[in-house]
Amino acid sequence: MSVGFVMLCHGTLHRAEAVARHWAEAGCPVVVHVDAKVPHARFAPFRARLAELPTVRFSRRYRCDWGTFSLVRATQTACETMLAEFPEVRHVYTASGACLPLRPVDELRAWLDARPGTDFIESVTTEDVPWTVGGLSHERFTLTFPFSFQRQRWLFDRWVGLQRRLGRRRSLPPGLTPHLGSQWWCLTRETLTAILTDPDRPRHDRFFSRVWIPDESYFQTLARRWSTDIEARSLTLSKFDFQGKPHIFYDDHLQLLRRSDCFLARKIWPEADKLYRHFLRPGAQPRTMAEPNPGKIDRLFGKATERRTRGRAGLYMQSRFPNEGWENGRTAGPYSVFQGFSELFEGFETWLSKTTGLRVHGHLFAPERVQFSGGDAVFNGALGDSAALRDYNPRAFLTNLVWNARGERQCFQFGPADRQEIGGVFAADPNAQVSVITGAWAIGLFRSDADFATLRREAARLQRIESRHLDLLRAHWVKARVRVWTLADFVAAPMEPLRDILDEITLRTLRGPTEAPRMVDLAGFGRFLQNLRNQGMQPTLMGDFPVQDDPAHRTGPRHRPYLVQ
Amino acid sequence: MSRRCWQRWRGEAVRVLRQYGLRLRRKRWRVRALRRSFELSSVVDRTRAIRHRDVLVFSVLRNERIRLPFFLDYYRRLGAGHFLMIDNASDDGSREYLAEQPDVSVWTTPASYKRARFGVDWLNHLQSRHGHGHWCLTVDVDEFFVYPFCDTRPLRGLTDWLDASAIRSFGAMLLDMYPKGPIDAVPYAEGQDPFEIACWFDSGNYTIRKNSLYGNLWIQGGPRARVVFPDRPEHAPALNKIPLVKWHRRYAWVSSTHTLLPRGLNLVYDEWGGEKASGVLLHAKWLSPFLAKAEEELTRRQHYAASREYRAYAARMDETRDLWCPWSERYVNWRQLEILGLMSKGNWA
Repeated sequence: MSVGFVMLCHGTLHRAEAVARHWAEAGCPVVVHVDAKVPHARFAPFRARLAELPTVRFSRRYRCDWGTFSLVRATQTACETMLAEFPEVRHVYTASGACLPLRPVDELRAWLDARPGTDFIESVTTEDVPWTVGGLSHERFTLTFPFSFQRQRWLFDRWVGLQRRLGRRRSLPPGLTPHLGSQWWCLTRETLTAILTDPDRPRHDRFFSRVWIPDESYFQTLARRWSTDIEARSLTLSKFDFQGKPHIFYDDHLQLLRRSDCFLARKIWPEADKLYRHFLRPGAQPRTMAEPNPGKIDRLFGKATERRTRGRAGLYMQSRFPNEGWENGRTAGPYSVFQGFSELFEGFETWLSKTTGLRVHGHLFAPERVQFSGGDAVFNGALGDSAALRDYNPRAFLTNLVWNARGERQCFQFGPADRQEIGGVFAADPNAQVSVITGAWAIGLFRSDADFATLRREAARLQRIESRHLDLLRAHWVKARVRVWTLADFVAAPMEPLRDILDEITLRTLRGPTEAPRMVDLAGFGRFLQNLRNQGMQPTLMGDFPVQDDPAHRTGPRHRPYLVQ
Repeated sequence: MSRRCWQRWRGEAVRVLRQYGLRLRRKRWRVRALRRSFELSSVVDRTRAIRHRDVLVFSVLRNERIRLPFFLDYYRRLGAGHFLMIDNASDDGSREYLAEQPDVSVWTTPASYKRARFGVDWLNHLQSRHGHGHWCLTVDVDEFFVYPFCDTRPLRGLTDWLDASAIRSFGAMLLDMYPKGPIDAVPYAEGQDPFEIACWFDSGNYTIRKNSLYGNLWIQGGPRARVVFPDRPEHAPALNKIPLVKWHRRYAWVSSTHTLLPRGLNLVYDEWGGEKASGVLLHAKWLSPFLAKAEEELTRRQHYAASREYRAYAARMDETRDLWCPWSERYVNWRQLEILGLMSKGNWA
């Protein structure tokens, strides 16, 4: 008992020849169909070279167009030749000219001998098919397709649309349930004979000659009618990408293919010399009875599809530049924006980086230069500190920063004295955690020695900017995690909000912060605000500070709470 | 007519008009290419040896003798079928060297590089004559094409896959490579791999904008923006390139290899979140031959914007001549570039 191969070849005849020879020399019958489009000048020498092999036959040549019944007709004829000329064949396996056997024929033969009555054909009802190219599954059977999908695409689409609108439906021949699947199958002599000698065959052929891509449905549907034991999977490893075209295997897939334990693979790049040399070399492989296991290859190609359709979050590059709203993540990872903290606490950046172990920058969007952590002139990814370069495209600056430092959360300070354009970017980004102490910028003014008229003007300017920024943070489209406190509220109870922020950043604080950051001395700040008011400027963002007193700590030395619990 | 209907109609009209405008522009470049074609005279024409499925390499050069051996070797190793080179009045033996090579066809011209729109008119002409139906790789002599799996799959593997996927053009961003230390510290020897010396690059400081007229991306950044143009970033040179195109005689380069017409060829990027496959052109400009060249270009003024870039180099580079910084990345292979997000495998696996 033996397995016979039906080969459907279109081009690259030298590879098909090598494979046919490989099988024939292992004692397998091979029936070759060559597309009638291949010129005789190329076909004749091919046939002459293979003719010396006793178990190779050539079937009548049809002109094959993708998606048409001609492919089924070619398969039928070749199968008839196979069944008629090689009575010892029990399983017929269809292969293409771009298929490559991955395991010795002996193994396939032994494997099939252990399953003598089983038909291996991927055959799925139309409802369960995930791979419907062009959105056509059941409609493949009920509509007609007189136009070529590849050459007359416009007409094809219009014709399908028209039929849908008119509600036109063909009825299926009785007794058939449409099934779809790979055209690379392995059927038993009994099933195949039953299909080919069915008295209803002329009717089936007539019906399927108007189905779209019938080579994926003819045998798949009819096998369901005749077979007693179907295993609905293909023994040929063949993967399709998101456009529905087969993935191609190259030399560098050698190990992957070897470990897949599949019997055949499709489709092989015709110039993959190493693959052909390796898998067609005679004998010498230890025989195993392993089950085909394409899992690894599935993962590889699954990842490729994912990359092509979803891409890497937060990456903007030459071949991925998503439209607004299609980024699948505007930035590569979470980051934190602190507004007013470095004004209120002395050495806040150092404290934060010590407490959390994260990268803490100064005011990245300061007007003079970028304040990278540690005052560096260049940061990860060779991002420079030039303000002009940053302001040229602030959004790219931020997304680059977060992308370059993937895996390390970035924190930076922000305030009304900085370039404001970036505000709209991080506000709309779910990765941003924005914590604002409103009015904290006044502390800087309060501690400066400039004359009061200048301070007053500056205070008015900063307040205007920060108000606008706060309006933005309250907009309905904001996606960032935003927390806002007035300066007065924050000063009254600084540790609780700080703790909330840190918990969110570090996910789990193994040990809570043992030490709070030191707050600047605010004695006299209330008076300062009152002076601003007296000068006609109304400070609104700080909250309520009593004129006479510093609310955080009324008397005594400067305050530094310890938090050991 | 309702207001919405009117708006839609107007939008459509604007689109059609713009497309027609681009079509006229493309025709103009084609006519111009034909006019400029008379400036080219053939030195050696071996184009009859071009086979049906060959990948062709096109290049315009001037005085690059020292770089040529490695350049030709590099692309031969990738499986390039034929080189079509335009020599712009070299006097260092470049032309003679090229003429001796069995797989090279050479044209020469003494005409102005600038007036030929930086060589683009010449390229348009030669590609319509010899490139039609072929995959054409258009690169400078200091640009080295890196694409996914280039260490295991030849160029033909890539172009076959592009053909099967119905893709007509393939983008590869220009990546400036530089040595550590003064750029002329280690002299470049003929035939040497330039990336033994210039093996550093900037990995993540690129900015992108979309050009709404031509649909291409405009990429700037890298060491040239960081060191040479930190105060005038808008002057930093464009790094987006589309070097590999399945050429049709109706196509035309618009400006260098940054932009093409018809517009669809410029869509080498995905707009819906996915990644298309793309490569990188390693740019081996920052080597010892560069300084001599920069001096010459300053006086010739044959480059873009009156050689503004070269003037800026002269001003900036005199001080340090060093582009390296502590965050520079050392080049390993294409997989590294893929991980860094400078190029992508797309759905090629």
